[in-house]
Amino acid sequence: MSYFSTVPQAPPDGILKLSVLSRADSDPSKVDLGVGAYRDDNGKPWVLPVVREAERRLNEDPNYNHEYMGVGGLPALTDGAQQLIFGSNSPAIGQGRVYTIQTISGTGANMVAAVFLKQFKRPADAAVYISKPTWGNHRSIFETAGHEVREYKYCNYKTLTLDIDGMLDDMRSAPEGQIFVLHACAHNPTGIDPTEEQWQQIADVMSERGHFPFFDCAYQGFATGDVDRDAYAIRLFVDRGFELLVAESFAKNMGLYGERTGCLHAVCQSSDVIPQVSSQLNRLSRATISTASAYGAKIAATVLQDPRLYEEWLQSMQDMSQRIKTMRDALRDKLVALGTPGSWDHVSQQIGMFSFTGLSKLQVDTLRNQYHLYMTDDGRISVAGLNSHNIDYVAQSIDAVVRSS
Amino acid sequence: MTMLSSALKSSSLLRGPSAARCLSAWAQVEMGPPDAILGITEAYKRDTDARKINLGVGAYRTDAGKPYVLKSVAQAEQNILQQSLDKEYLPITGLAKFTSAAASLAYGTQALDRVAVTQSISGTGALRIGGAFLERFHAGKAIYVPGPTWGNHGAVFRDCGLKVGQYRYFDPQTNGLNLAGMLEDIRALPKGSLVLLHACAHNPTGVDPTSAQWAEIQKVVEECEHVAFFDMAYQGFASGNVDRDASALRSFVEANRAPVLLAQSFAKNMGLYGERVGTFSIVGADSAERDRLLSQVKILVRPMYSNPPVHGARIAGEVLTDAGLREMWLGEVKEMADRIIRMRAALRGQLEELGSKKSWNHITDQIGMFCYTGLTPAQVDRLASEFHVYLTRDGRVSIAGITTGNVQYLAESIHKVTKD
Repeated sequence: MSYFSTVPQAPPDGILKLSVLSRADSDPSKVDLGVGAYRDDNGKPWVLPVVREAERRLNEDPNYNHEYMGVGGLPALTDGAQQLIFGSNSPAIGQGRVYTIQTISGTGANMVAAVFLKQFKRPADAAVYISKPTWGNHRSIFETAGHEVREYKYCNYKTLTLDIDGMLDDMRSAPEGQIFVLHACAHNPTGIDPTEEQWQQIADVMSERGHFPFFDCAYQGFATGDVDRDAYAIRLFVDRGFELLVAESFAKNMGLYGERTGCLHAVCQSSDVIPQVSSQLNRLSRATISTASAYGAKIAATVLQDPRLYEEWLQSMQDMSQRIKTMRDALRDKLVALGTPGSWDHVSQQIGMFSFTGLSKLQVDTLRNQYHLYMTDDGRISVAGLNSHNIDYVAQSIDAVVRSS
Repeated sequence: MTMLSSALKSSSLLRGPSAARCLSAWAQVEMGPPDAILGITEAYKRDTDARKINLGVGAYRTDAGKPYVLKSVAQAEQNILQQSLDKEYLPITGLAKFTSAAASLAYGTQALDRVAVTQSISGTGALRIGGAFLERFHAGKAIYVPGPTWGNHGAVFRDCGLKVGQYRYFDPQTNGLNLAGMLEDIRALPKGSLVLLHACAHNPTGVDPTSAQWAEIQKVVEECEHVAFFDMAYQGFASGNVDRDASALRSFVEANRAPVLLAQSFAKNMGLYGERVGTFSIVGADSAERDRLLSQVKILVRPMYSNPPVHGARIAGEVLTDAGLREMWLGEVKEMADRIIRMRAALRGQLEELGSKKSWNHITDQIGMFCYTGLTPAQVDRLASEFHVYLTRDGRVSIAGITTGNVQYLAESIHKVTKD
């Protein structure tokens, strides 16, 4: 009898199951709107020119090698990442009260934060609140780390806009001192972001209740096309004097996906606690991965530290976010032109890579089975999967399915 | 890690800025333990003496004391760059071309259809996945490691929620293996215990069992129905021959009695250190079991880091599957191992030539990157302060830090602190 005979079969990952189905579909009209990665107007992955340039430079550097980085990661990356998120003039940086550790992209940063918070959060039984809905992996990451996970209202499922009153109510009625996972910009999966005024209200309530903010920032620059605007919420909270953690990913905004490049930032009240906070973050990271991967870090650092490459990168982000915006508007306009029942303004009002269409599971299944259109069961589409070649087909398919439901 | 208690009760909440006058949320966070090896490196860097030697380094160095990018690795990387590949996410279990070649390298030709293998964040990441898997699915939540073992083993397994116990391993009288103690301790463990074994080039001692000794160890592990978790960070790097270095692992798998798990690293043998290239695998009973095991491994990996880094895996995959590059690589691994072996012989030879009364056989008996010299903490301190020679206080020397240029000075220094 095998030693492992009692190990059960685990369910497959929902989103990945979708890509398996999509890949197996050979129909020429197939459209993959499940993938969470940017695509160009020809539906192809896009490696940013500044990334290729950075790779070329690395390769031509006679001192290039694969030596270990320190536990904290590549200083050129962590320094550059700090300035990107908090602003190069951030007083928090100037006062030496930010510690940054390199991580295995955004997931790794979430994981380090989750483990750190489990060990050191006060009160020790503080729950972690995630938005309803949120990225599928959030619950898994925090539960695996041993936290109780609760939800706060976020999406108004009727209007597909922010349920700000519900969100603030949940924050007020939660016990004091809870941990709230906030999406810095381009909320995944809904694309619904608070306005600046709403962020101020959120900060007010979080402050009143002594809650701790954990920002997940996977789309800086990718949402509005402007890195400073996209960091508004984080910088607001820092200005208001919050201590906070920020998970930062370069997967989407630098197209570094599989290179797994990211950071976790800890903003503390004063530089006094930095030695112990950094030592504990280092210690726990050492026990999970020892150190993060070098290659993507070197690429990102090269881009962040070279003024010309940095400017080009800002432009690339604008180009990506602009193409996405164009597709949002196009989809909405075509659905309106077709007279598709329902309101479709939310498609162009939402922001970032994803749109919560409001389509039901049944409609989603029909779109997949009859129209070869792939999206997740919650009706989320990756707008990056839309392009000038498939937008008409997508609009028509959605129109047909909505009418026949 | 303990929390401060009543002193901070009045400000026991994580507080927002309305309580900015109060303590930081992290005020009670204690300083983490200092890193022993890092301390050595810092001291070495501060030292301005021209004769200084860093024997704490955990990475291979050439005879000129420089990092070494293997030619096979550089060539593979060139090949990859020329293909202008994208940077899309890998699957959770990583690059299949790499993981299947890595599994073949480790296991040889046997059992490959029932090995559940995933790419991992080098060896540490593999140990972490394994620890998490065992914590979830193994009944007794304890793992037993050799005394001594790599400094990070305890931290990784404890953070997974496993208790960490020890079995006797190193004999300080002989600077060799305490086989009797090891077998006794392993036999005394509860039936079905988790036993961590270094596949080759034991870190930090350099003491490896002989094949006869491995056979005895295997017999006890099997009789006690223990689970063998192999950590293989130096395949090829120990003897210079990848098959020889994997022989203990393969013997266990061939016998197919004890369950086997493996953490495999390409940090040292391919010099891919910072690219974090490795695999974690479990040998299942058959391919259906393999699939079940892999499904559970994916569940563990997704909340850790979603999917692994692509670049290092592409390089390693290329080296392993391109016939020419593979040949080149095997040659380079042998060269690295040979240089280490030469430096061991040189150090021992010089000490004997200087007329040292102590026995230094263990320097050449031991294998791999590290050598447990038997130097006491006091002697280690003198080596640092008087002779500018830096090693960890357990007497561990990284042979990679020895060169033809410094071995004489090193021998003289060691002789001076040990001759009384």
